[in-house]
Amino acid sequence: MTVSVQAEDFDVAAEIAALSAGRNEVGAIATFLGLVRDVSGGSNVAAMTLEHYPGMTEKSLEEIIEQACARWSLYGVRVIHRFGRLEPGDRIVFVGVAGAHRGEAFAACEFIMDYLKTRAPFWKLEETPEGARWVDARDSDDSAAARWEQGGR
Amino acid sequence: MTVKILYFASLKEALGCTEESFVLPSGVSTVGELRAFLAERGEKWKALGEGRNVRAARNQRMAAPADPVLPGDEIAFFPPVTGG
Repeated sequence: MTVSVQAEDFDVAAEIAALSAGRNEVGAIATFLGLVRDVSGGSNVAAMTLEHYPGMTEKSLEEIIEQACARWSLYGVRVIHRFGRLEPGDRIVFVGVAGAHRGEAFAACEFIMDYLKTRAPFWKLEETPEGARWVDARDSDDSAAARWEQGGR
Repeated sequence: MTVKILYFASLKEALGCTEESFVLPSGVSTVGELRAFLAERGEKWKALGEGRNVRAARNQRMAAPADPVLPGDEIAFFPPVTGG
């Protein structure tokens, strides 16, 4: 199981250890950990609630991982994304990629995050002093994902 | 000849609707045509109208306006995603 969409928190050290357990061919594990920040768009954020599209979320993440595995030679990929109400400092997302060398592990990890940001159906609702508001998608996320379609970097 | 339609996030709030079973009218055979038809159903449905930043999925995969809609499909409309 490489994809988990869950309300519960996760253990980063355990996830990293699992990526290389019993695999001595793994020479590099690159990880990304996303956290809830207490400021967004100039406002204090007390908490955020992540909504998702059950069914499509898992499928889209699996598809993104398949694409990463087609581009790079990877030994393992793990993606965890939380949903529900989270507070500043809470973990939201984890991506771990195991490869033989750092280059492909770094690249695949970034690729997965860039695609997740634009293709995985999650939406953030922030609680601010001005009230609850939905986070707008950013053009910079689209351009980050698009560069992989122009031959990568 | 019905499809299931789902709405998410700010679009769901604007429409006051999470999910509906929808009978496809004649002349509606693509995701784009379905969206345009729905947008004409009343004031709040203009949230689905042209120029609004709305994405679609067909059977849980991102869809383009020209993609077909067939009976039994699950079609979803939502704002651009903001996970991660």
